[in-house]
Amino acid sequence: MRNSKVFWLLSLVLVLSAFLAACGGGEDTSTEPSDSEGDKEKESASGEMDSVQELNLMESAEIPTMDSALAEDAVAFNIMNNVNEGLYRLNQENVAEPAVAEGEPEISEDGLTYTFKLRDAKWSDGSPVTAQDFVFSWQRAVDPATGSPYGPYMMAGTIKNAAAISEGKMDKAELGVEAKDEKTLVVTLERPVPYFMSLMAFGTFLPQKEAFVTEKGDAYASNSENLLYNGPFTLTNWDGTGLTWTMEKNPEYWDAETVKLDKINVDVVKESGTGVNLYTSGEKDRAGLSGEYAMQYADDPEVVRELEPTVFYLKFNQERNGKETPLANVNIRKAISMAYNKQDLVDVVLANGSLPADFLVPTEFTFDESKKDFREVNGKMNEFNAEEAKKLWETGLKELGVTEVTLEMLGGDSELAKKMDEYMKSQLEGNLEGLTINLKAVPFAVRLELDEKQDYDIQNSGWGPDYQDPMTFLDLFVTGSAQNKMGYSNPEFDKLIEQAKGELAQDIPARWEAMAKAEKILIEDDAAIAGIYQRGIMSLQKPYVHDIVVHPFGGDFSYKWAYISGKE
Amino acid sequence: MARYIGKRLIYMILTLALIATFTFFLMKILPGSPIASAGKLSPEQRAVVEEAYGLNDPLPVQYFNYMFNLAQGDLGISINQFKGAPVTDLILSRMGPSAQIGFQGMVLGTIIGILLGMIAALRQNTWVDYSSTLIAIIGISIPSFVFASMLQYFFGLKLEWFPVALWKDGFMSSVLPSIALAMFPLATAARFIRTEMIEVLGSDYITLAKAKGASGSEIAFKHAFRNALIPLITVLGPMTVGILTGSLVVEQIFAIPGIGEQFVKSIMVNDFSIIMGTTIFFSVFLIVVILIVDILYGIIDPRIRLSGGKSS
Repeated sequence: MRNSKVFWLLSLVLVLSAFLAACGGGEDTSTEPSDSEGDKEKESASGEMDSVQELNLMESAEIPTMDSALAEDAVAFNIMNNVNEGLYRLNQENVAEPAVAEGEPEISEDGLTYTFKLRDAKWSDGSPVTAQDFVFSWQRAVDPATGSPYGPYMMAGTIKNAAAISEGKMDKAELGVEAKDEKTLVVTLERPVPYFMSLMAFGTFLPQKEAFVTEKGDAYASNSENLLYNGPFTLTNWDGTGLTWTMEKNPEYWDAETVKLDKINVDVVKESGTGVNLYTSGEKDRAGLSGEYAMQYADDPEVVRELEPTVFYLKFNQERNGKETPLANVNIRKAISMAYNKQDLVDVVLANGSLPADFLVPTEFTFDESKKDFREVNGKMNEFNAEEAKKLWETGLKELGVTEVTLEMLGGDSELAKKMDEYMKSQLEGNLEGLTINLKAVPFAVRLELDEKQDYDIQNSGWGPDYQDPMTFLDLFVTGSAQNKMGYSNPEFDKLIEQAKGELAQDIPARWEAMAKAEKILIEDDAAIAGIYQRGIMSLQKPYVHDIVVHPFGGDFSYKWAYISGKE
Repeated sequence: MARYIGKRLIYMILTLALIATFTFFLMKILPGSPIASAGKLSPEQRAVVEEAYGLNDPLPVQYFNYMFNLAQGDLGISINQFKGAPVTDLILSRMGPSAQIGFQGMVLGTIIGILLGMIAALRQNTWVDYSSTLIAIIGISIPSFVFASMLQYFFGLKLEWFPVALWKDGFMSSVLPSIALAMFPLATAARFIRTEMIEVLGSDYITLAKAKGASGSEIAFKHAFRNALIPLITVLGPMTVGILTGSLVVEQIFAIPGIGEQFVKSIMVNDFSIIMGTTIFFSVFLIVVILIVDILYGIIDPRIRLSGGKSS
C-alpha cells in the first residue's frame, strides 16, 4: 500500500517536472508531435508515447574497453551497437540491413569484391563518416601493434591478407580494404563469404576517425569524452572504469528521427538479487533473472523470455595423453549422447526457458532465403532414448572387450554448472550399466587450459556465435581446429565444411545442404559431440517498455527503436 | 622513537619487496591466459597479442621489468578488465567508496561494540550481559551476504528509508553498506572488551584502587577500560585494513564501485597488473597500520613503551 502511494507520488512529480521542462524549453515541444506520429505507426497497445523517454537499465559487468579494435566482450559490443554504427546493422527482424552503407553493395561476379557506397552519416563532432574511417579502423584491428584478439579472429581468412598481417608477416596497408573516394569503400575478400553482410554489423568492423584517434593517443576511448559516436546514441558520463554511464540520443545520427528514447541510464549491478530489488523498487526497467530467481518469477506477468543462440554440448575426447579413450568407440559415444533426459534437465534443473538441444546449430538463429530456420532441415538428432542407448552401450562394451568404463566429466564451477553435471552423472550412470562418471568442477580458465591440453574425457562446453551463419558452430569441429581438442577427425565432415566455405559459397541452397549434412554427420553418425541445451534467458521488463530488440550475435540489444509508453 | 620508526621503515620496504616477489611468481602459476579470447587465435596470432602486452618475455625479465617500474611507483596498465587503464588510477578511483563505507562501518561497529562489551562486563550475568553476548554471536555468525541482503530488502525496498543499492545518493547510499560492514567489528569489539574487562576488574590493582576509594566510573574507564583496549587494538588494526580495502560481498550486493570486488575479479580473469597493484596497495596499508598499532600500544600502556629499538 505504502509503496504504491510513494510510487504514484513519484510518478506524479516526474510527470509534473516533465511538463515544466517542456514548457521551459522550446526544443522539447517541437519534437513532441513528430514523436507521437511515429508512434501511431506502431501497434502499441497503450497508444500515446510518454513525454519522458528515459530508459533505466542494468549491465552485469563494467565496460572493459570502448575501442572497437580491442573489444571482445558482450558489454562492450552491446554498447557499441547502440552508440556506433558500421556498414550494416541488424534490424528488428535480425536481418542485416544497410546502415552507414547506402543501399546494397556492388558485388563482383566471383563474390570477392564488395563496393559499398556510404550515406551522408556524421560523427558526433559533426564531421562526415568517410570510407577512410573504415580503412583506418580495420587496419588498426589487425595490426600486431594494437594487440587485438578479435581483429585477427574476425578478419583472418575473410578479409584479404588479414591473417598474414595479424601474424606480422605483411604490412597492414595490404589489407583488403580501400577507400576509392570519401564515400566509396572497396572490400576484397579472401574467399566468398555468404554471410558477409551480417559480419558488417559486428563491432570489430566499426569505423574510427583517424585524426581523432591519433590526436587522443593513449587516451583514446579511455572515457566517454575521448570517443566519437556515429550511432543512434552517444555515450556520456563514463569515466573509463566506473559502474555507471548514460546513453543520450545522438542528434547527428542520420536516422535520428527513428530514435525515440532521449536517455538511457545504465548501472552495473552484478548481484542478480540486487537487480531484482532495483526493478521492484521501480528504479530499473529491466532485470535479468538467473538461477533461483528464474524459478521464483517464472509465472510473473512481467517476465519476458528470449532464446539465445548459445548451445551447450558434451565434447567427447577420443584421445587423451596419446592414448585412445573408450570414447573413441562410436557406439559408446552414441549411447552416452542418448542416455540423458534433456527435457527434464531444462524443465527442472535449469528452469530458465532453455531448450533441449538435439542439435548443434541453434534454433531461431539462421534462416535461408525463404526465412526457413536452418534447424528445420535436420530437426532433432540423437534424442533421449534410454532403450536404444542401452543397446548401443552393450554393443560398445563388447567391441571394447570390457564390462565397466570410468570416465571423467569436466565442467564449470558455478552453482548451476555443478547442479547440471550432478544431474548428467545420475542420468548417465542410471541408464548405462557399468559406467562410472567422476565429476571435475573447475574455474573457467582451468577448463580452457585442460581443453587446450586435451586432458579430459567428457567436457561440458558451450559456444555462442560470432557471425550469423551455421558455419560459426560447424567449423569448430574440423580436423585440427583450435576448438576440436578432442581427437575428432572425419574427412567427409571436413570436406563438406571446406566445400561450404569454398566452392559452394555462391550456391546458397547447395551450401545450406552441405552444412546440414555436415551437422548430421557430426551429431547423428559420429556422435562426436552431444547436444545438451540451447540457453534461454528470462528477464523482468516493465510493461511500459516497448521494442527493445534482442539480437542473436554481436551486440545483444538495440535500443534504436525502443520507447516508453504507459509509464505516466 | 625516531630511530625505531626509521628502522621499521626499512623493514617495511623489504617486506613489501618480498610480498611483491611472491605474488608475482604465484600469479604466474595461475592457469589460463589474461587474453580473454586467446583460445580463438592461431598460435602465431596469439604470440603477437601476448607480445603487445609484454607477456612473451622470459619470466625473470618480466619480473625485473615489473619491479623496476614498481620502484618508480608505476603499477602498469590493466590487461583485460579495463584495457589500457593505468592501475594506479583504477585503485585511486575505486578506493574512495570502499574506504568510506569501511571507515563508517568500522567506527560505528567499534563504538557500539565497545559500549556493549563494557555494559556487559559491568553488569555481568544479568540480562544486559546476555543480550549483548547474543548480539555479538549473531554479528559473528550471520554471513555478511545474508545480513546485507536483509538490510537491502527491509530498509531499502520495503521501508524505503535508504536507497536499495547504487552509489548515487551520497551519504544515504553509504548507510546500509556501512551497517552491514559494522557487524563484524561490533561483535569482535564487544567480545574482547567484555572478556578483558572482566579479567581486569578481578585483578589486584583494581581491588587496591577500590580500597583507596576510587569511584566506580573512575575504575571502569581509567583503569579497566584502558587495559582492556590492548588486545582489541591488536585485532582491530588488521581488521581495519580488511574492511577499508573493501568487501567483495557488500560491494556487490549494494553495487558500489569499490576495490574489493575488483581485486577478486582480477584474479579470476588473470589481469596480472591489477592483481599485483591491489596486492601491493593492500600490503602497504597493512604494514603501515601494524606500525601504527605498535606505536599506539606504547601510548595506551606505558609498560610496552618503545625506546631505542630495544623492544624489537
